[in-house]
Amino acid sequence: MIKFVNVTKRYPETGDVLRNVSFHLRRGEIAFLTGHSGAGKSTLLRLIAAMERCSRGQILLDGQDLESVKENQLPYIRRKMGFIYQDYKLLQDRTVFDNVALPLVIAGFGHHEIARRVRAALDKVSLTGKEKKYPLALSGGEQQRVGIARAVVNKPPIIVADEPTGNLDPELSEEIMFLFGQFQQVGVTVLIASHDISLITQLNHRVLKLDHGQLVSS
Amino acid sequence: MKRVNKNRIRKDPPARPARRQDTRQTKTAGGNFADKLNAYRDLHAHALFSSLGRLIDSPFTSIMTITVLAIAISLASGFYILVVNLQQLTGNLETSNQISLFLRDDVSDAGANKFADSIRQNASVQDVKLITKAQALAEFKTFSGFGAAINALKKNPLPIVLEVIPKNALEDKEGLEALLNSFQQSPEVDIAQMDLQWVERLQSIMALARLFATLLNVMLGGAVLFIIGNTIRLELHNRRNEVVIAKLVGATNSFIQRPFLYTGFWIGFISGVSAWFIVTALMLILRQPVEKLSGLYEGGFHLLFLNFTETLALIGISSGLGVVGSWAVLIYQLQHTKPE
Repeated sequence: MIKFVNVTKRYPETGDVLRNVSFHLRRGEIAFLTGHSGAGKSTLLRLIAAMERCSRGQILLDGQDLESVKENQLPYIRRKMGFIYQDYKLLQDRTVFDNVALPLVIAGFGHHEIARRVRAALDKVSLTGKEKKYPLALSGGEQQRVGIARAVVNKPPIIVADEPTGNLDPELSEEIMFLFGQFQQVGVTVLIASHDISLITQLNHRVLKLDHGQLVSS
Repeated sequence: MKRVNKNRIRKDPPARPARRQDTRQTKTAGGNFADKLNAYRDLHAHALFSSLGRLIDSPFTSIMTITVLAIAISLASGFYILVVNLQQLTGNLETSNQISLFLRDDVSDAGANKFADSIRQNASVQDVKLITKAQALAEFKTFSGFGAAINALKKNPLPIVLEVIPKNALEDKEGLEALLNSFQQSPEVDIAQMDLQWVERLQSIMALARLFATLLNVMLGGAVLFIIGNTIRLELHNRRNEVVIAKLVGATNSFIQRPFLYTGFWIGFISGVSAWFIVTALMLILRQPVEKLSGLYEGGFHLLFLNFTETLALIGISSGLGVVGSWAVLIYQLQHTKPE
């Protein structure tokens, strides 16, 4: 589902941030992406999100070579992925419902389908009844779950999470990891960037470890 | 329509074995063509009203921007209507090609009549009209507003005038000038004057005024374009977070642009309507004095207001400038807005 073949990313200012990175995450596979800060985790996620293009190598998402995708087609590639962020990236001036509905509105769904899917997604992350609240009125864990609901509402085959438990206490982290496990079970490919070692060792998932831009274990 | 279909294909990736039930639901509920069309229409309606709502939410900023634009647009349309009115003033002179002969003071009415008859014999003259001193004085008294002052004069200072209308004057300028010269030679004539010269001078002044107004309008249109573009740029900057998030969840540039384009449209539209009110108010203030002034002359002049088509054009061009100004900025800015 996510395939990197000898991917190198070079910035003119800093040189190679990723060097010859190759890995393959299959459908329904869950993996951690780890490494010290500056090892290239964020860059790798940006490449998957198609926010940037790699300098060398090949990235395949769902069998599609990102290099061959035209700029104006990239949004449609992004719709196959749900992104979850450490800082949640919610719109503070919109309700929980509107935040979760955003990917569906963008994809051009009708009213009824949007309402139905948003309710289903909020139900999955146990936020039923909070549709009309604004993000600031929610706790950190709840806001993160709104972010997760938004990422899965469009039923994407890939979920990418960047430090999803960074701001949460261990109990909430466990809850969130449990949710990811559930998505994996219905065939979603999940990639979680994290440096929460205890969490990673506790769960026996595949680990991709980056060190100075190189993949040292996969 | 093409885009709707594209969405539909892309939203259902071919292979998703573990979620067969969901795929089926997508097809029945979300993939319906009429549903998509409705959703598309709803998006536009939402963008239309939410962008207006945003303008109302920050009234101070909106009013300042719109006032500046309205003044610029009303200046432009003010110059336009000024030229239209001046044209109306010179319009009825255009066909005039007559020659006025001011006779010497010592020529009597009878002598003038005789001279007029001799001119009528001229093959290139169509008609001659004689205005005696007394007639001229009466006319002047009625129309000039100096009646009382003229009554105080002991002697009538006005000369006898012959208004000569030549044949085919406009086509044959040289012939006309020869005619004028021949009149000038006559002993009875003090001054021979071709009205056409004045008309031509006036017309070239008018052409200059029109050109000036056009250039000014182009410049003001450019100013409006840049003001709106800058407003949208600031708006985009303020809502950067929203733009980035929308991009991350797969929004196309046209989706992101839409509310901003509508904002540009509203700003242009409201400015255009305000400008119409400003121009109309100014003209209502000017109407009385202008018509009073015109009454002191020939009295045939009525102030022309912006008519229905011109009003539509004013509002249409303003709205259009709003959309184009925002669009130009968005095209450039959205390519450079990338999440960190």
